[in-house]
Amino acid sequence: MNVELKNINKHFGKVHANKNINLTIPSGSIQGILGENGAGKSTLMKVLSGFIHADSGSEILLDGTPVKMNSPANAIKYGIGMLHQDPLDFPPMKILDNFLLGMPSSFFPNRKEATQDFNLLAKEYGFSLDPENYVDSLTVGERQQLEIMRLLFLGVRLFILDEPTTGISTAQKEKLFTTLRKFPEQAMTVIFVSHKLEDVESLCDHVAVLRAGELVGELTPPYQTKKIIEMMFGKEVTLGERQSASVGEVVLSLHNVSLEDARLKIKNVNVEVREGEVIGLAGMEGSGQNLFMRACAGLVRPVGGKIQLKGQDLSGKTYHVFKKNGVSFLPAARLEEALVSGLTLTDHFVLAEEPRGIFIDRVAGGQLAEERIKSFNIRGTPHTPVESLSGGNQQRAELALLQNPLSLILLEHPTRGLDIESVIYIWGKLKERCKQNASIIFISSDLEEILQYSDRILVFFSGKISQPLEASKTSVEELGQLIGGKGWAEIGDTHA
Amino acid sequence: MLKSRFSGLIFQMIALALAFGVVSLILISIDASPSQAFQNMFRGSFGEMRKFAEVLVAFVPLLLVTAGLLVTFSAGLWNIGVEGQVVLGAIATTWVYRYFLESDLPPALIITLAILGGMIGGAIWAAFTGILKVFGGVNEIFGGLGLNFVATALTIYLIFGPWKRPGVASMSGTVPFPDEFSLPLLANLRISPWALGIALIVIIIVFFLLQGTYFGLKLKAVGKNFRAAYLLGIPTWQYSIYSFLICGALAGLAGAMQVAAVYHRLIPSISSGYGYLGLMVAMLINYQAIWAIPVALFFAALNIGSIQLPIVMKLDSSLSGVLQGTLVLFVLLMEGARQKFMKREQKT
Repeated sequence: MNVELKNINKHFGKVHANKNINLTIPSGSIQGILGENGAGKSTLMKVLSGFIHADSGSEILLDGTPVKMNSPANAIKYGIGMLHQDPLDFPPMKILDNFLLGMPSSFFPNRKEATQDFNLLAKEYGFSLDPENYVDSLTVGERQQLEIMRLLFLGVRLFILDEPTTGISTAQKEKLFTTLRKFPEQAMTVIFVSHKLEDVESLCDHVAVLRAGELVGELTPPYQTKKIIEMMFGKEVTLGERQSASVGEVVLSLHNVSLEDARLKIKNVNVEVREGEVIGLAGMEGSGQNLFMRACAGLVRPVGGKIQLKGQDLSGKTYHVFKKNGVSFLPAARLEEALVSGLTLTDHFVLAEEPRGIFIDRVAGGQLAEERIKSFNIRGTPHTPVESLSGGNQQRAELALLQNPLSLILLEHPTRGLDIESVIYIWGKLKERCKQNASIIFISSDLEEILQYSDRILVFFSGKISQPLEASKTSVEELGQLIGGKGWAEIGDTHA
Repeated sequence: MLKSRFSGLIFQMIALALAFGVVSLILISIDASPSQAFQNMFRGSFGEMRKFAEVLVAFVPLLLVTAGLLVTFSAGLWNIGVEGQVVLGAIATTWVYRYFLESDLPPALIITLAILGGMIGGAIWAAFTGILKVFGGVNEIFGGLGLNFVATALTIYLIFGPWKRPGVASMSGTVPFPDEFSLPLLANLRISPWALGIALIVIIIVFFLLQGTYFGLKLKAVGKNFRAAYLLGIPTWQYSIYSFLICGALAGLAGAMQVAAVYHRLIPSISSGYGYLGLMVAMLINYQAIWAIPVALFFAALNIGSIQLPIVMKLDSSLSGVLQGTLVLFVLLMEGARQKFMKREQKT
């Protein structure tokens, strides 16, 4: 399907989110859309997929015919389907039921026929999904596969993918790319929105770069990374020099700790974390790193073994005891677990401080908020409700809530979905904490980030945990192999 | 900010007009004159001092229940069980009075103990709902509703069983207490200035509790996001229980007032539905304590004013309930409409 965007403009109040964008995407190609957070990528994609209306004067032409879309369902009729960053599925339902959703079929769906169609489609693309299984048992990557199948079945000819490689494993990413590469053969068009240069470079036939709502340029292979970064940010950014903190006394130690949840068993882990040290946890989503981290926070009770913090035995104690002893946990789901929608930034800062007396000093609270907003570069006011902050600003707000002093900071995907500048800023703040003798343990699916910022790395593979690897002595290749389950014999694991 | 407040007022006025409009249509459909009905309701509540005093008698428990519900709503809990908590407050007050029937203690002390007893009774009943919720995983709506039935059954059992009148037990309740057990009333009126004063003080305390204290802010955090509140270091389930205890104590206080200042005995329908009515008031004021006084007064006036209807116009007095219900629905509806409207305003 040939897509032409003509003079696309979109205002949100005073914000001009898309400025006069003209872009032609030829049939059977994979088009990359790059841009930092807030560059206008999502707005443009929402216009194209019928979620929002562009300002008048904007035109969308599909195979030369102007179209007007007023809802996503309407867009699907035109053959446009969008795969969202968080798959829009229904976890408590069966995979087949999910597949049938949105199908313009009769009131009583023919499940037998649908199962056949489902299996046929799954086979064609090499997905192994059981239609009778429940959606909540799937990983993010598998849920993506399900969504792709659903859209294919609905007859979608133009696929829009919004940051599809966040939160999925390398293997799943490869499978996704293989699938996407098949689409152009059938004259289908793919739009791939991302800020991961590497993914865009390896997949896309054309790349359009957006900055501050404008289309600043289009590129074709071979891509020069430096050029792309310049276009995205208007200047060149580097990740900054690697720096190892001086390493002090043991902060956290795990002796023969065993952990269990519904899917995984981790047996007899022995790890020590020292002052000022950054430990990166690598592994496919769901390989045990979240379980491990939540055990370090006291949110999961170990089934055996001992967890000590600065020599004090905290095994079996609750999260609040860990917190009192200087452990802080920053979950990945910001608005679900970390921040309270409906409360303002001031409210959050007041809550995070030790209460003084019974009554809240609103003036002091406001000042505290002003200070933190400034020093953490949050785009908002003390009265801004947290849910109206952008993702990067929510992440900064989470960091601004951290108490002082802290012994151990645990972070799940601290920079997921953030642009490079935010990433650098956030790690700058975290490294400051390390200099004040805090230790950091973080989970990331971005191997570059893990190699860049960790001192030592633990690799997780289906409940197994590797020996700590020196970040300076390992490489993406070695980590990639370990994550995929290869080469474990050589390095050994932490299990007694 | 100012604009949003102003538009809020306009939309609420529209809601009020719509509610009266719908009730008017109902009246017209049964060939009754709406203007006459509303006039009668107004006269029945504000027409004379005696009637206005009746409005205040209804206002006191309604305001107390609303105050309690503001606390549980802040904690994100639907305390439907508030009705039963009023009943248990009344039962506990009655129990304390009966215990001290023969004693030589000064009546003022006995009254105080009886009222405190009522608060404790309500709080314990609410604690059941809270414990079921926190430790048993029973949703507070179901737990509360179940306990409401138990509370009603308990009242009937007591009135017809252990606490029955000498001779024949009757639906008119237990034997009335001696006059000195009553909270002092205004001359020739049924309203006790003490009860009114206590209710007003309570709503002011609740206002400051929710607006200005760490407790209130933590409660709101728990109500809006239980998980994040826990990770912020707030003892979440404890705060849920606290909110139940506070609401139960205030509902129990309402029940105590019904016994100590209004009926002077335990009667089968001692709570008179004020618990459920309080839920409506709390929803109507969008959980903001500052509006509790005028709206509770308005609802109390509707309740008392409608008593006039069967006498004068042969209409059922449940008309006030119809008006209250439609009003809540329209206010919620208009709030939704307002938010949509504001969003559109922002976009253009």
